[in-house]
Amino acid sequence: MRLLRIVPDDTKFDFMRFRRISFPLSALLSIMAISLYFFHGLNFGIDFKGGTLMEVQSKAGAADLAKMRATLGALGLGEVQLQQFGAPNDVLIRIAEQPGGELAQQQAVSKVRGALGNEVDYRRVEVVGPRVSSELLSYGVVGLMLAILAILIYLWFRFEWQFALGAMIANVHDIVLTIGFMSITQIDFDLTSIAALLTILGYSLNDTVVIYDRIREMLRRYRKLPMPELLNASVNQTLSRSVITHVTVSLALLALLLFGGQAIHSFTATMMFGVVLVGTYTSVFIASPILIYLGVGTGRDALTSPERHK
Amino acid sequence: MLYFTRWKATAIILTAFVICLFAVPNFLPEKMVQSWPKWAQRHVVLGLDLQGGSHILLEVDTNAVRKEKLEALRDDVRRVLRDARVGYTGLVVRGNSVEVRIREGSNFDQAVDKLRELSQPLGGILGSSTGQRNLDVTTEAGGLVRLTLTEPAIVDRIRQSVEQSIQIIERRVNELGTVEPLIQRQGVDRILVQVPGLQDPTRLKELLGKTAKLDFRMVDVSIPAEQALQGRVPPDSEILYSATAPKTPNLVEKRVLVSGGDLTDAQPGFDQRTNEPIVSFRFNTSGARKFAQVTQENVGRPFAIILDNQVISAPVIREPILGGSGQISGSFTVESANDLAILLRAGALPAPLTIIEERTVGPGLGQDSIAKGKLSSYVGAAMVIAFMLVTYGLFGLFANIAVAINVAMIFGILSLLNATLTLPGIAGIVLTVGIAVDSNVLIYERIREEVRGGRTPINAIDAGFSRALATILDSNITTFIAAAVLFYIGTGPVRGFAVTLGIGIITTVFTAFTLTRLIVAYWVRWRRPQRVPI
Repeated sequence: MRLLRIVPDDTKFDFMRFRRISFPLSALLSIMAISLYFFHGLNFGIDFKGGTLMEVQSKAGAADLAKMRATLGALGLGEVQLQQFGAPNDVLIRIAEQPGGELAQQQAVSKVRGALGNEVDYRRVEVVGPRVSSELLSYGVVGLMLAILAILIYLWFRFEWQFALGAMIANVHDIVLTIGFMSITQIDFDLTSIAALLTILGYSLNDTVVIYDRIREMLRRYRKLPMPELLNASVNQTLSRSVITHVTVSLALLALLLFGGQAIHSFTATMMFGVVLVGTYTSVFIASPILIYLGVGTGRDALTSPERHK
Repeated sequence: MLYFTRWKATAIILTAFVICLFAVPNFLPEKMVQSWPKWAQRHVVLGLDLQGGSHILLEVDTNAVRKEKLEALRDDVRRVLRDARVGYTGLVVRGNSVEVRIREGSNFDQAVDKLRELSQPLGGILGSSTGQRNLDVTTEAGGLVRLTLTEPAIVDRIRQSVEQSIQIIERRVNELGTVEPLIQRQGVDRILVQVPGLQDPTRLKELLGKTAKLDFRMVDVSIPAEQALQGRVPPDSEILYSATAPKTPNLVEKRVLVSGGDLTDAQPGFDQRTNEPIVSFRFNTSGARKFAQVTQENVGRPFAIILDNQVISAPVIREPILGGSGQISGSFTVESANDLAILLRAGALPAPLTIIEERTVGPGLGQDSIAKGKLSSYVGAAMVIAFMLVTYGLFGLFANIAVAINVAMIFGILSLLNATLTLPGIAGIVLTVGIAVDSNVLIYERIREEVRGGRTPINAIDAGFSRALATILDSNITTFIAAAVLFYIGTGPVRGFAVTLGIGIITTVFTAFTLTRLIVAYWVRWRRPQRVPI
C-alpha cells in the first residue's frame, strides 16, 4: 500500500527570506487587531458584563421573533437582544445588566418568565450579577498573564532566554491576532473564550517548542552553519510533522465545529482560527526567524569544536 | 529504547489495563454497579450543562453580619455599664466601633476595666496563642471609650455565618426531595448550591432567599399605626408592614416575646373551620413556657407573628395558650404554607443571602449536548483514525491503538477522581486525541528522518524514539502549564475543560513513552524488519 505523503522528503523552502514580508505583515496585523479591540471592541458576554442570558425553545414550531421582541420590549428591562440560535424554534435572549444590584437581575428573570409563560421551554437560564462579572473578568485576564509568565519561566529553564523571549513574542502575537478575530466576528467573548485563548497559547507553544527543540539540536551539531540556513533546515525538517499534526488537529476541530452544536461553536471557531491559521504561521514565520534578531547562535565557538557539516 | 525487561513490560500493560478498568462502571447500568464495593463504583459525574440542573451562587450579606455583631456589642456595653452602675451618655455604633461616654463623677477606670472584660481572645482556648482578640478598647479625653471590632473577629464571625448557613440551606434543599444536591463554601463569604435535574429554580431560589427569622411580638395599641406613621413612633416600637398586599402598616413592639429559634416543629395543614391552609407549630419547653406566660398576661390584646420583618398575621389572644403549640394563618396558599413550614423547620439564616450568579440548564438542552458531544467525538475520532491509517499504514494502526487506550485511560482517571464531565470537557478529550496523535507523528517523522540519514531500520526506530520523546515532553509540559492555569482560574465548564486537557496530556506522555514504544518493540522483535514501513 502506498502511503499518503503530504510533504515530500527533503524540502528546501527558504522560510527565513520571508521574514522581510512576514514581520511587517504581522506588525501591521497586530496593530490592526489592537485598534479593532479599542475602536470596534469585543462582544462581551454576560460572564464579563453581567446580565441575563436565556435560551428558550418555542413549543409551537418556529419562534416568532418579532412578537417576542414586542412582548419583552414592553417589560421595561432596557436593552433586550433576541437572536435565533441553531434551530428555527430556538431563541437566545440577552438582557443587559439591570441597575439596582444583584436582586434586580433576579427580578428581570422573573418578569421574562412571567411574560413568556408556558409557550416556551426554558433550555438555559444564566444570570450573572455585577459582583461576579467583574471578578470573572479580572480572573480571566490575570489567568492569561499568569499562564504566559509560567510558560516563559519554563522555557527559560529549558532553553536559553532568547528562545523564551522569542516564544513569548510569537505567542502574544497569536493572542493579539485572535482577539482581533473575535472583534471582527463579534463572537461572544466569555469564559469559554478565555479557555480558547489559553488553549491556543498552549498549542501554539507546543508547535514552537518542537521547532525550537530542533533548532537547539542543530546548533549543537553544526557549529559553522549560518543562522538563516540553520533555521531554514530546522523548519524544513520538522515541516512534515507540523503539517500532519495540524491536519489531525483540524480534523478534530472540524468535527467539533460541524457537530458539536451551538454551545461550543464560538469556542471551536476561535480555536480553528488561533491554532490552525495563526499558530502554524507564527511558529514557522515569526518564532523561528525572530531568533536571528535575538542573537541566537552568534556566540558559537567555530574554532574549537569539530565540524560535522555534511 | 526498544528493549523492555519482562517485568517492566508487564508493569506497563498492567498499569494501563487497571486504569482502563476504572472506566468500566460508566458504561454499565447503574443497578449492576451498585452491588460493587465503594472504591469500584467511582464514575464520571456529568456536569450540570449535560444532565441539566441549577447552579446558584449565594453571598452572605457581610454588612448585615457586621451590623448585627456591632449591635450585640452595643447591648453588651449597655448591660455591663448598667450592672456596674456607671452613668453614661451617647452609646452609639460608629463605623466598626461602639462608642460610649462615661459620665463625670463615675469611676472611669473601673468602668473601662469592666468594658475590657468584653474583649476576649479569638478562637477560644486554641486560638489564644495567636494573641488576637475580638475587641480593641481605647479611651480618649472627655470620658470617651471606644470598643472596636477587630478585622479577624469579623472574618471569624462571617466564617461562622457561612457554616451555619450551609447547614440550614442543606436542610431546606433536602426538603425539595432532589437528588444529590451539592452545597459548599466558596471563598470567604460565598456558598455554591448545585441541584442536578432541577428544571425551574424559582421555588429553590425562594427557599434560599428567605432569612426566615420568625418573631412573636406584641402589637403596640397605644396609638393607631396611621398616626404613628406621621412621625410619632413610640421609642420602643416600630412600624412593620404586612406580608401580603395591600401592605398595611402595623405598629409593633421591638421586644421579641418568643422567636423562631424556640420552635421544634412546623407542619403545613388546614384550618378545621375555614379550611384555609395554615402552618401549625410546636415550641420547645422554654418557648412554651414563655409563650404561655405572655398569652396569660395579655388576653384580649393582639400580638404579631413576624417573618423577616413582615407581619404575617396579628391575631387577638382570646385565651392563654398553654400547650406550647399554635398555628399561623395568613392568606397562605397550599404551597406557601408548605414552604413556610420547611423554612421554620430548617431554622433562620444567621444573615441574609443574595443570589449573585445563577445558571440553569434544562434537561432537553443537556441531552442535546450529550448527543452532540458524542457525535462530534465519533466523527472526529473516525477522521483522525482514517487519516493516520492513510499516512502511516501499519504504524498508523499502532498509533490508533495507543490513542484508543489513551482515551480509555482518560475516562479511567476521570472516574477515579469522580471528576465532572462538561461539554467543554468533551471538547478537551477531542483535542487530546489531536495531541496524542501528534506525539506519534513526532516519533514517526523522526524515525523517517533517521532512516533517510542512513541508519538501519532498528537503529532508526531506536533513535527516533529517544530523540522524539524529549521533544514530546517539552511540548506537552507547556500545554500542561496552560491547562493548570485554566484549572486554577476557571469555574464550572471551563474547569471541566482544563481537567480533561490536563489528564489527557499526562496519559498522552505515558502512552508515548511506554505503550507505543512497547507495541513497536514487540513488532520489531517479531518481524525483524528490513525496512521501516512509513
